[in-house]
Amino acid sequence: MCTTCGCDADASITYHAIDPAQQAAPHEHTHGHHHEHHHEHHDHPHEHGHHHHHHGDHEHPHHHEHTHAHGHSHTHSIQLEIDVLQHNNKLAERNRGYFEAKQILAINLVSSPGSGKTTLLEKTLARLKDRMPCTVIEGDQQTMQDANRIAATGAKVVQINTGKGCHLDADMVNNALKQLKPADNSIVFIENVGNLVCPAMFDLGEQTRVVIASVTEGDDKPLKYPDMFHSAQLCIINKTDLLPYVPFDVATFKANALKVNHHLQFIELSAYKEEGLEAWQEWLHNQLHVHHVHHH
Amino acid sequence: MHELSIVQSIVQIVTAEATAANSRQVDEVELDIGTMSGVELSAFHFAWSQAVKNTVMADAKPIINSIEGKANCMMCDTTFLLDHYATPCPNCGSHFIDIQQGKELRVKAISVR
Repeated sequence: MCTTCGCDADASITYHAIDPAQQAAPHEHTHGHHHEHHHEHHDHPHEHGHHHHHHGDHEHPHHHEHTHAHGHSHTHSIQLEIDVLQHNNKLAERNRGYFEAKQILAINLVSSPGSGKTTLLEKTLARLKDRMPCTVIEGDQQTMQDANRIAATGAKVVQINTGKGCHLDADMVNNALKQLKPADNSIVFIENVGNLVCPAMFDLGEQTRVVIASVTEGDDKPLKYPDMFHSAQLCIINKTDLLPYVPFDVATFKANALKVNHHLQFIELSAYKEEGLEAWQEWLHNQLHVHHVHHH
Repeated sequence: MHELSIVQSIVQIVTAEATAANSRQVDEVELDIGTMSGVELSAFHFAWSQAVKNTVMADAKPIINSIEGKANCMMCDTTFLLDHYATPCPNCGSHFIDIQQGKELRVKAISVR
């Protein structure tokens, strides 16, 4: 029943926290998890109960009682005008309020699979380590691979396995944040599921969205996947060390991206070779100012 | 396949409204879907057929109002129709455009019994 810790076989979404600072024993999975679970049920009985029971036991009995009372069956129309994404968008705004109140810079990293999101994060975390508290939410359909790579840098990470889900949504991020417990005045990096289509539609409550494209992908990507490039504030062009070997024209790529989003900014770098990371660090630094995050 | 999440959200919204109206069957769900909303209609219909099973929407027919994209050019103030973000202003060729319509994704009305 509980999607928060995936303690039911029915639940397809699972969450796993790794806190390198507290990794003393097998503590994490058994005790840590249990504790978390317990806590949340006590703290938020309303939200939890409401959310889950909606699908099952709550709704049906309700329904039956009423239909028996008024058993007429003529058709009538009800005007609604309800935004399909309103549930996600409301939760996203709650996440955004949480980030604002705690003066957290939350960044949603989106890209197709294999563009180098995790490598960029590893290098970024290593550089920011002593200057800025950072935590990470990792989204993937399966496996703990990326979370383990992030944990190896010393950063606390919550892995969300979406199962068949092709994107993160605000609800998943909300649940992950309860385990992550990021510090005030910190950065939360959210690595979305590798997918250049679906994540575009789902506001997670982030302050800024960064789309990563690698030079092995072709310079027409922004035209093929306009929604993603339209919704991002920054575009990182990664793997620039491979430019001599691939038919990728940076100027064409940028021109195409600017056609779908004239506000888009660009940074060219090679995360793997650690070239150009200074510009990215400077951009992050700027974002901290913009979002009133205190730092040294 | 975010269309499955989209349809699941529609099922949640419609179920809540149908329950509130004491109805046990939904015949029609009228939707406004913009041509630039990011919804692929073939994927949407496939997701629909799966997601409505065992819900009040099991026999409901989706009625889709397709809303065309409309933008305003910030350089010359021309209003024009488009179906892609990269479409330039037909008057001055600029890409400095403001999308005004076409991203809708709404449950407009339901027909229940």
